[in-house]
Amino acid sequence: MNGARDWRGLLFVAPFLSLYSLILIFPLFRGVWLSLNRVDLFGDGHFVGAGNYVRLAHDPVFGTSLVNTFEVTLMIVPVLTMLALLLALALNNAGKGAALLRGIFFSSAVLSVTIVTLIWRFVLAPDSGLIGELWKSLGWEPLAFLSAPGLVLPAIAVTTIWWSVGLPMLLFLAGLQQIPGDMYEAAALDDSSRWTTFWRITLPSLRRTLVLVVMLQTAAQLQLFGQAQLLTAGGPSGGSRTAVLFLFETAFGRWELGYASAAAEILFLIILAVTFLQYWSTARGAEGGDAR
Amino acid sequence: MPSLEIRDVSKAYGATPVLDRISLAMEAREFIAFLGPSGSGKSTLLRIIAGLETLDEGEVRLDGERIDGLPPGRRGVAMVFQHYALYPHMSVRENMAFGLRNAGVPKAEIEARIAEAARILEIESQLDKKPGQMSGGQRQRVAIGRAIVKQPKLFLLDEPLSNLDAALRMRTRIELAQLRRRVDAALIMVTHDQAEAMTLADRIVVMNDRRIQQVGAPMEIYARPANTFVARFVGSPAMTLAPATLLDGEGRFARVRLGCGAEVETRVKRSAVPNGPLQVGLRPEMAAVAPPGGGTADAEVVLLERLGERTLVYARLSDGQEIIAEDKGDSKLRVGETIGLRIDGAAAHLFGPDGVGHHAEPAE
Repeated sequence: MNGARDWRGLLFVAPFLSLYSLILIFPLFRGVWLSLNRVDLFGDGHFVGAGNYVRLAHDPVFGTSLVNTFEVTLMIVPVLTMLALLLALALNNAGKGAALLRGIFFSSAVLSVTIVTLIWRFVLAPDSGLIGELWKSLGWEPLAFLSAPGLVLPAIAVTTIWWSVGLPMLLFLAGLQQIPGDMYEAAALDDSSRWTTFWRITLPSLRRTLVLVVMLQTAAQLQLFGQAQLLTAGGPSGGSRTAVLFLFETAFGRWELGYASAAAEILFLIILAVTFLQYWSTARGAEGGDAR
Repeated sequence: MPSLEIRDVSKAYGATPVLDRISLAMEAREFIAFLGPSGSGKSTLLRIIAGLETLDEGEVRLDGERIDGLPPGRRGVAMVFQHYALYPHMSVRENMAFGLRNAGVPKAEIEARIAEAARILEIESQLDKKPGQMSGGQRQRVAIGRAIVKQPKLFLLDEPLSNLDAALRMRTRIELAQLRRRVDAALIMVTHDQAEAMTLADRIVVMNDRRIQQVGAPMEIYARPANTFVARFVGSPAMTLAPATLLDGEGRFARVRLGCGAEVETRVKRSAVPNGPLQVGLRPEMAAVAPPGGGTADAEVVLLERLGERTLVYARLSDGQEIIAEDKGDSKLRVGETIGLRIDGAAAHLFGPDGVGHHAEPAE
């Protein structure tokens, strides 16, 4: 009787479970299995064990792509977070102007990456781009943002920040609106300066939002792909090839599915580790705060 | 020198006036309650004193110094907020220290003041807790503590008891009464609860409709309400106001006739009563139950409210006028029954056409 009841209960979750298994669990394990094989798109491969991983460890192209990924993530996340916070602070009022500006700043987030890169091509192109024209009008030599090795990652970072600032801004705005107004009145009666109020009242109240934004953005930017693919195709000479671009090229350019899967597993573990590290360090920080 | 002085303060939100030429002076160490219904302007006035709202006209002085242009933190006032407004990420100790640190008070002094406030409020063991780990009553104490450590010239309490449950409210009321004897400062409390105002305050400022209606000691407000608003707002249940006409006569005191024909002999000086339609004000204790035909007027019982030690009798006179009378606790009356009412005019109030109250001469 008891067993039968359990079995019937399963029926209720079966639609979800089957779909979940089909599109998440199965690909996850299939990916792990692929990474242990030498396999292309057209035939059965053969088992090579850790062979793909050993090859990756000695592949300078993969190594460079990882370094690029970390560099661009480090360029994007702090600036993006601060910019989103500043915008949210500036636009956190009920005025009509602020509502309009909120909409404008968020609007870039609804564009597809294709449009975004198209726009930024017009901005960044050295000969006729917006910045190029500006430079020329000042009598300077225009900068080749998308072909100079030292400039290409910052250019991609700027493009990404422009594209992604909307959502974190909204998260910060939501966080700001959760702070009760009488707390600021209490701070005013405590003769707190604007700076002290920001550091001691606003920022601690936004801690959860801040952690969320940094974690989401880090995980997202470690998977940066479209901007690099469309703006530079990874160039010049691999200077903007990110990890996901590397595995895209390996899987769908060179058809090395097993090798690409191994790269994907490594990226997955890196994202997992970084996210966990962030979570762990902020949770520890909160405990320290309680003890004070 | 008065501690707080408010002169001709007016305030409007756009085209909506909320305060109209308010003036008030407080004695040193006085406890004043702003009493009034929602929208009477009492909270706005408190916030103007605190500096959380600007005033359009007038001035506010504290101990002789004009403060209405100063930022809230420089006015020498401390405020206890209705919802406490504690800083949730700071410990109790930090909550209390925050304002003192901003004011540049030396560290040792901060510690000493916190220790003293914690001792008075009996929250010494809670100092390292966060507000989220405390009950409503404890948070209330922290909010009071945060105000005490500042050693302000004036405490501002915004509906300090409204967030507490009934039992805790009674206890906190007693504690507030004890507290005010310990602090060397004036207090203003905003409340819409007349029991709080009556029990705690030295003087009550009754506010309604943007203006101060009456300022006076609690019993003075109760016994000699300045106008019909105060008469109805203070006292529970509200005073009965019945239309009445002044009768001709030679006596020193006014004699009036109610709508139902009953006559009431008041002790209000005839010469003080203006011409025109009057209202006679009767508290429940001025109307006693009698056998039908045995009182001043007959009435039908509409509702009985048994309060234990007494029973409130909501009755209707023959002209439809509602009146509240009082009977003993174990009253045997029933709804629908006809009773007589013995109206004691000696303490009745008379209100003129302008609503201004005229009161009985004290008995010789």
